[in-house]
Amino acid sequence: MSAGSAPAAFQISANDNVATALCDLSPGRVRLLGDAESGEIEAVEPIARGHKLALRHIAAGENIVKYGVSIGRASKPIARGCWVHLHCMGSMYDEKSNKLDPVIGISRETRY
Amino acid sequence: MHPKQFVWPGYARKHGKKGVRNKLLVVHTVECSSHVARKIASAVGNQAEVVGFAGCNDNAYAVRMLSALVRHPNVGAVLAVGLGCEYIQPEKLAEAAMEEGKEADWLFIQDEGGTIKAIEKGAASARRMLATLGRAPRTDMGLADLVVGGECGGSDFTSGLAGNVVAGRFFDLLVDAGGTAIFEEILEAIGLRDLLAARGADAAARRSIGAACDKALAYCRIVRQYSISPGNFVGGLSTIEEKSMGAVIKSGSRPIQGVLKVGHAPPRPGLWLLDTVPDPHWMQHGIANPNDNEGLTALIASGCHIVLFITGRGNVVGNAVAPIIKVTGNSATFAAMPDDMDFDAGVTLSGETSQAETAANLLRLVAATAGGLSTKSETLGHCEYYIPYKYQDANPRPCACGRED
Repeated sequence: MSAGSAPAAFQISANDNVATALCDLSPGRVRLLGDAESGEIEAVEPIARGHKLALRHIAAGENIVKYGVSIGRASKPIARGCWVHLHCMGSMYDEKSNKLDPVIGISRETRY
Repeated sequence: MHPKQFVWPGYARKHGKKGVRNKLLVVHTVECSSHVARKIASAVGNQAEVVGFAGCNDNAYAVRMLSALVRHPNVGAVLAVGLGCEYIQPEKLAEAAMEEGKEADWLFIQDEGGTIKAIEKGAASARRMLATLGRAPRTDMGLADLVVGGECGGSDFTSGLAGNVVAGRFFDLLVDAGGTAIFEEILEAIGLRDLLAARGADAAARRSIGAACDKALAYCRIVRQYSISPGNFVGGLSTIEEKSMGAVIKSGSRPIQGVLKVGHAPPRPGLWLLDTVPDPHWMQHGIANPNDNEGLTALIASGCHIVLFITGRGNVVGNAVAPIIKVTGNSATFAAMPDDMDFDAGVTLSGETSQAETAANLLRLVAATAGGLSTKSETLGHCEYYIPYKYQDANPRPCACGRED
C-alpha cells in the first residue's frame, strides 16, 4: 500500500465504530482516511495491517459496525484505540466464531 | 465519458446473440474422455479450448452447465468427445450447438476404435471447423450488449475496501449504460438478507432474493461451515458478516432484477443475482463453492461474456470460455504479480485516484477486452473450468415477468 509510510486506517461509513489498519500500527497516532469525521485517533496497542481498530468505546453486547452494517457483537468491553478481533467480538451466525484463536484463526478445539 | 463511445466488432450469433470471442470448444462428457479431448486440442496447436464434466453418473446440473457452455456466444464451434458408456451424450451437445447455428461434431472413443483413432478423427474435425471459424460474421457491439460477471477469491482486507468497491461502481456504470451484470456468492451474504432483498426491483424479486438468502443460511447451518477460512481471520476479517459485506459491495447499488439459477441467462438487462447454492437434496448432490473456478464457470454458463475476478491476495486463474479480468485492491499484489493482475484498484485507498475515476478506467479496460485485447490469463494460456456434481431445481422463476429462456 502506498499509504503505508504514515500510520493510517480506513473508515468506510460515517457511523462505523471500527476502522481498518492500512499498515501495521504501533501504539500512537493514526491518520484516519475515508468517511472519517475526525482525522486522527490514538492506537493503544499494536494492530496488524487489515485488522480493525475501535473508533470509540464499545460496550459488551454492542454491535460492531463496519460498512454501516453490523458485522458481529462485542463479547467484552472494547476501549477506544484497541484491536477489535476474535478475542473481543463474535459472529451472530457462525457458532464456531467464539472458539477461534485470534492470531492464527483456527479452532482451538481441533485436536490433531 | 459517454457509454455510446464504446463500440467494438463482436461475433454475430443466431437469435441476435453477440460474442466477444470466437472459440472452438472441445467438450469431454466424462473424465475418461478428457485425455483424448486434450490431445485433440493440442493436435490443432491449442487453438481449441477444453471443458468437461468429470462424472459418469446422471447429473442434470452438469448437463445444464455443458449445454449452456456450448451455446455460449463466445463459442463458434463445438466438438464433443465421449467415451461411450457415460450418461452425458456428446451427440446431444453437438445438436444443441448446431441449433445455435454453430458448426459442431461429436464422437465416441469406443466407436472409433480407441485413443489413437479418436484423436485422429477429432483432430481432423477440429481442423475443418477452425478453417470455417475465421469466417464468422462480425457485428457492432456495445455496453448494452454486454453481460459481465463479478466474482471474488483469494480475498484480503483490500477486497472489501477497494477491489469490490470499484467493481460495484463499474457495475453501476454498466447497468446505467443498458448492460447486464451478474454477481453470485450468496453464501457470502450472511447477515445481509434484508439489505439485499430491499434492493429487489419488484415484489417477486424481493421474495426470491429473500428465499435464496434463507436457503444459503440453512445450508451453512446444516453443513456447520461458513465461507470463511483461517487466512481470512489472520488477514483481519473477524466474522462471516464482515466478509459478506465486503463481498456484496461488488454488486454496486442498482436494483436487483431477480435471482438466476446456474445455466440460465438473464431474460433482460440489469443487475442479477446468481444462486449457486444446491437446492435441498444437497446431502446427495453437491457442495457449494468448492473453489473459485466453479463460481467463474457458473457465471459464464449464465451468459457472462467477461468476468471480473476481484482478488486481493492474487489468484492467477483464467477460464476456457470467457476472458477473466483480474482486479486487485492491493497495490502490493499488483506490483508483485504483474504478469497475472490486470487492474489495480488499490489506487483508491492511497487517495491517488477517486473511486469514480478508477471505475471509469475499469470500464475502458472491459470494453477493450471485449474488443479483443487479451487479458493476462489469456496471454498466459490459463483456461481453467470446474463443474461439480450438484443438485439444483431445473425450473426457476427468475422474475415477475415470468419469461425464461
